[in-house]
Amino acid sequence: MLFSRSTRWSALSTILILGLAGLFLWGCPAKKPQQNQSLMSSGDAASQVYVAPGQYDEFYGFFSGGFSGQVTVYGLPSGRLFKIIPVFSQFPENSYGYSEETKAMLMTSYGFVPWDDSHHPELSQTNGVPDGRWLFINANNTPRIARIDLKTFETDEIIEIPNSGGNHASPFCTMNTEYVVASTRFSVPIPNEDVSIETYKENFKGTITFIKVAEDGDMEIAFQILVPGFNYDLSHSGKGASHGWSFFTCYNTEQANTLLEVNASQNDKDFIAAVNWKKAEEYVAQGKAKEMPATYFNNKMNHKTHIAESKVGKTVKVLTPAECPGLIYYLPTPKSPHGVDVDPTGEYIAAGGKLATVIPVHSFSKMLKAIEDKAFETEIDGIPVLKYEAVMAGEVENCGLGPLHTEFDGNGYAYTSAFISSEVVKWKIGTWEVVDRIPTYYSIGHLMIPGGDSQKPWGKYLVALNKITKDRYLPTGPELCQSAQLIDISGDKMKLLLDFPTMGEPHYAQAIPADILMPNVTKIYPLEENQHPYAAKSEAETGMTRDGNTVHIKMTTIRTHFAPDNLEGVKVGDKVYFHVTNLEQDWDIPHGFAMKGANTAELLIMPGQTRTYVWEPQEPGVYPFYCTDFCSALHQEMSGYVRVSPKNANVSFKYHVGE
Amino acid sequence: MKMTSRILFAVAVLMLIGAYFLPLWQIMLEAPQYPEGIGLIIWYNDIVGYKPNDLNNVNGLNHYIGMRPIEPENILELKIIPYIIGFMILFGLLGVILGRKKWLYAWVITLMILGIVGLADYYRWGYDYGHNLDPTAAIKVPGQSYQPPLIGSKKILNFTSYSYPATGGWMIAISFVIAVLAAIHTSKLCPLDRLRRRLHP
Repeated sequence: MLFSRSTRWSALSTILILGLAGLFLWGCPAKKPQQNQSLMSSGDAASQVYVAPGQYDEFYGFFSGGFSGQVTVYGLPSGRLFKIIPVFSQFPENSYGYSEETKAMLMTSYGFVPWDDSHHPELSQTNGVPDGRWLFINANNTPRIARIDLKTFETDEIIEIPNSGGNHASPFCTMNTEYVVASTRFSVPIPNEDVSIETYKENFKGTITFIKVAEDGDMEIAFQILVPGFNYDLSHSGKGASHGWSFFTCYNTEQANTLLEVNASQNDKDFIAAVNWKKAEEYVAQGKAKEMPATYFNNKMNHKTHIAESKVGKTVKVLTPAECPGLIYYLPTPKSPHGVDVDPTGEYIAAGGKLATVIPVHSFSKMLKAIEDKAFETEIDGIPVLKYEAVMAGEVENCGLGPLHTEFDGNGYAYTSAFISSEVVKWKIGTWEVVDRIPTYYSIGHLMIPGGDSQKPWGKYLVALNKITKDRYLPTGPELCQSAQLIDISGDKMKLLLDFPTMGEPHYAQAIPADILMPNVTKIYPLEENQHPYAAKSEAETGMTRDGNTVHIKMTTIRTHFAPDNLEGVKVGDKVYFHVTNLEQDWDIPHGFAMKGANTAELLIMPGQTRTYVWEPQEPGVYPFYCTDFCSALHQEMSGYVRVSPKNANVSFKYHVGE
Repeated sequence: MKMTSRILFAVAVLMLIGAYFLPLWQIMLEAPQYPEGIGLIIWYNDIVGYKPNDLNNVNGLNHYIGMRPIEPENILELKIIPYIIGFMILFGLLGVILGRKKWLYAWVITLMILGIVGLADYYRWGYDYGHNLDPTAAIKVPGQSYQPPLIGSKKILNFTSYSYPATGGWMIAISFVIAVLAAIHTSKLCPLDRLRRRLHP
């Protein structure tokens, strides 16, 4: 497990590296990466990525955090990290998932889940072009999709996907963000029940889920499609000509339930599932969908109160392909395909057949023709399997080993990551010829071109997202960062510009020109719009109230004091809620709140916001609290004390500041 | 009064209406932490931030040095200025209608006096805010006063403070200049008249 970073990749690398010799004999002439051809970062490359102090990057890059569960925001071309957006994991730095207001964001039908594995950021689109409204991202482990608001750069909503296991082929959106999708990487009994794992073929199913996105971003599950129990891996929606369709790769069509690295790698071809979602809408409208009981959470931040609220869904609409002709077709695709990527015109569908020696590219128009001609090979559970030759547009040969993902530059070229041979391969759409290749360091997974999966790529840079770093940076013990490489793709030859470390394990990333987002960025939350039930909008509204053992404290912060900052009347056994409102209305002036001995993370309160911190003091005494964010020249003075008296003490409330 | 003067007088008077619709004065502060600038805009009846919340933020900064918060609702001048402008407009219009030179002269002199009094009052106001500080202030710099400049710029600790007329203020100034020209034109001092007399004795 020399190369292991996650179980998935370790399994993949092990089998593939062991079989490498065999591949050399029969397959793709593995071209040795041209050593250091563009490794010598010249002064020229340096000037291309140099963003002078005070200047702005050209693009915002949003990188998934992988096992960190978060999203990171980078500037491109500089590779500078600006922010970690907490999404699926608790984040003590700003109390996401700790504060009373944000805990509900991480609620699921399994209870509070403090962590997840975030894979694929996806920018919302209008007319097939990223529009800068939202960023979606999937949670793979406990299936969910989150929506991040790109005005505030905060997680706005998380919806759980029922009837799913391993939400990997997600959350790719349709041309106008009508839907984002989800799917099962790990098929499961649906509904889940206690059955022998060996009854996989009989009892395990997959689902493909379409989540409707409303004008205001609100997500709800529109319908699910019950599909054969394969492993649905990645997805992209059609665009242009193929608008109305979505494509999902699947592997393990062998339906193995043990030692998948071997048992799921036997078939020469697996499938891309082509889903006609407009047809699905019609079937749903006709009442063909069954209402199926399912429990799932939909957590949404209330913008008025700044409190996340959970709704619990009780049923989903489920379509069965056998009852809905024309809903799904399988396109045979070699071999355990991973990525499925649609070119800017919507005509070509490239698959990353990770064990294949070629990149198969399907033609959407040929697919329609094949459907019309009924060029079917067979049928699986009511899903026609089209003939490979009838849908295939071309195969890219000499494509490197382990092709995974493809993005497009909008100028007729496609770029595919090759994991095993650690390179990016550039090929021409139509001729299917490889025209250039560049090594990556090392073991590239996804690659990303700003807008590179949309109808209008900004084809200037490509970012390689690498799984293995090894000797690239100063070593930091057994655990190393992952790395990204920025490659100039504006010329005929790709050119390595920059190599920068990343956080967690970025699987995929998306980028958008800065000038689309910058004008809309929120600077403060207007205090007058704060409708938090415990907000104190001025120091006059602060105070303490008791209800049995529960004490509510309304507190404010402004440079440079808390009000109140001396509090008495709290007793051992009390559950104390500090509701802290930041009265500041100036950009970049958050205040923090932390109490000695509290069993939680600090609060970091944005201007105009209210955040709540729960403290259950155990021993009598006096406890200091303070502001954790260096807010002004008198930040060190921004502190206070709470007196804690014994359980039965007769100490009445007393609180003040500056008296 | 000559017709030209009368028209100029009318223009000068009407320009004062702009003082109701345009800001009169502006105080801007620059500091490293405020790359986007922070400042105050003085209207005929109010003081507001250059950006939303700037007034509160200026007051927040000022509390460190013990300066009183600027509370527009408690500033008497802001209640009087609207009437003074109104009076000057009515006074001027009457002068234009009557077409008497003396009305024009009186109007010019009144406007001049009001201007001087206004600037003096602004200076007094700045002096009071800048010197009359809370003795318990956190930041005390011996010998330092925080009076904003009357007109121009001044470095005050980490801030550079700029004080200039805003559009409405400039309009009043231009109105005054036009009225002065109108007065000269219609008086015996008019250089055009003297020139004509010399050419056509």
